[in-house]
Amino acid sequence: MLDAGQTQQETLLEVNNIEVIYNHVILVLKGVSLKVPKGGITALLGGNGAGKTTTLKAVSNLLHSERGEVTKGSITYRGEDIAERDPAELVKRGVIQVMEGRHCFEHLTVEENLMTGAYTRRDRGSAVGEDLEKVYSYFPRLKERRRSQAGYTSGGEQQMLAVGRALMSKPETILLDEPSMGLAPQLVEEIFGIVKDLNEKEGVTFLLAEQNTNVALRFANYGYILESGRVVMDGPAADLRENPDVKEFYLGMSDEGRKSFREVRSYRRRKRWLS
Amino acid sequence: MSAAFLNTLEVMANGLMAGVLYALVALGFVLIYKASGIFNYAQGVMALFAALTLVGIMEGQVPFSHLINAVLGTDVHHFGWHLPALVGIVLTIAIMVLFAWFVQQVIFKHLVGQEPIILFMATIGLAYFMEGFGDMMWGSDIKTLNVGLPQGGSFAIEDITRTWAAEGERYYGMYIDNLDMIATMVAAVLVGALVLFSQYTKQGRAMRAVADDHQAALSVGINLNFIWVLVWSLAGFVALVAGIMWGAKSGVQFSLSLIALKALPVLMLGGFTSIPGAIVGGLIIGVGEKLFEFWIGPLVGGATENWFAYVLALLFLVFRPQGLFGEKIIERV
Repeated sequence: MLDAGQTQQETLLEVNNIEVIYNHVILVLKGVSLKVPKGGITALLGGNGAGKTTTLKAVSNLLHSERGEVTKGSITYRGEDIAERDPAELVKRGVIQVMEGRHCFEHLTVEENLMTGAYTRRDRGSAVGEDLEKVYSYFPRLKERRRSQAGYTSGGEQQMLAVGRALMSKPETILLDEPSMGLAPQLVEEIFGIVKDLNEKEGVTFLLAEQNTNVALRFANYGYILESGRVVMDGPAADLRENPDVKEFYLGMSDEGRKSFREVRSYRRRKRWLS
Repeated sequence: MSAAFLNTLEVMANGLMAGVLYALVALGFVLIYKASGIFNYAQGVMALFAALTLVGIMEGQVPFSHLINAVLGTDVHHFGWHLPALVGIVLTIAIMVLFAWFVQQVIFKHLVGQEPIILFMATIGLAYFMEGFGDMMWGSDIKTLNVGLPQGGSFAIEDITRTWAAEGERYYGMYIDNLDMIATMVAAVLVGALVLFSQYTKQGRAMRAVADDHQAALSVGINLNFIWVLVWSLAGFVALVAGIMWGAKSGVQFSLSLIALKALPVLMLGGFTSIPGAIVGGLIIGVGEKLFEFWIGPLVGGATENWFAYVLALLFLVFRPQGLFGEKIIERV
């Protein structure tokens, strides 16, 4: 399988000890490092405010518009430094982010939304048309609703639309932020299934930020666990699933039965895992 | 047809055409507001600046001549050429595009993600800057703008309508201003072109995408800076058209920048985010104020045109704040 630990796989994206500060004062990431191998699904796990989204945005360089900046460390894609590239250039290089909360263009139709994904492409219209059909074949529901305004589609459809829109840019790597947010478990399965399909059939590399540890670890190859701006643990997804700490804190399973929240917190304070 | 009915028709026709001119100014506001959420206080001054630049270029005026003469002790005022209107318009468009780029690079690029009120304040600053800059560049005297548009009433319409009156009634035909008719046609073409552009081109689609969600637009690789320069250029172009029409009507002078005030009620009526809204709002206000003046004016001592639009806008603010065509906020829970 495609595990970064075995380093056989070519590393596409490498984040090296980055620190991110919002508004010049709020320190959010305190030295995060990770590697994304080509052709894999790498999961970034952790609770609210752990820094998952910030990490993704640091990579795609969407931090600037939120007054955040990378103050330390480096981010390389295919060995090249990408810390100062604007998002448009990254999209052209094949790195695109699907933001948390879908962010579809509400007043555009579904098809128009998909077409905006092809904004940076310079190839001919027929190639774009073919890719549009391909997206529709992965998401048949979008085809049914192609003429309706995106704002009136359901949450699941919007998530599909957001992924489909990213696909229209012919990406090599998709940074997928919280695809399960606000969706029914069945839909979450469906969307993760499509992600897995895209990964296997189209060879798209995924870096996935997700709170739903259970689902994410089933579909990912490798996982990083973030806690208040630091990577506290990483490993192949299968190992993480079996890890007692992960089981207790993220999967809600414990040998000693259910613990009260207070005990959990003190436990966590005593044992800081790594770093 | 009775003369009274024909008079009413004439008033309405004139109102419609006045409305088109209001709509032209309002259109500039809508373009920028939709794409960037900026309420551009400087839109009226942009129209003035565009008209000043057009006159200056056509007349071969030396820009900043007062400044140059004062500093260098020279005495230059004139290049000694007269350019045809079309060349002047093309050059002015180029300058307005340059201006759009300048505004984006110097001001709004640094204000991304700021509160709307801050952006609004920035445009107030911009308005005052441009006012002074325009003065310094082209001088503050009143200029006549002659781009070859016909002036005065249309005799053809006067002759035709004279025959419409019933037998035995004294009626001299409708007075319809030629310039107003041309302005109406130009505005119709302009709006049609803008709608086609925003609906069916890649950049137009990107423009609407940016209007919906800046962050998402950024994430799919749309260059916000480019789109905003594009939008400000379009607004500059619309300002130029408005400047030409109003300038040809009443001369190019400072008061031209005050037409922006007439556009405000239009926006409140039509909605700040709708291009068709700006047009319909303009027409309603144009016709409304003329008819009101015609019917009610004599009863209250006239001069109702000064306040009618604002009172109407006030009513709209109370009962339908998003305007007639303003975008409904789509909210899913």
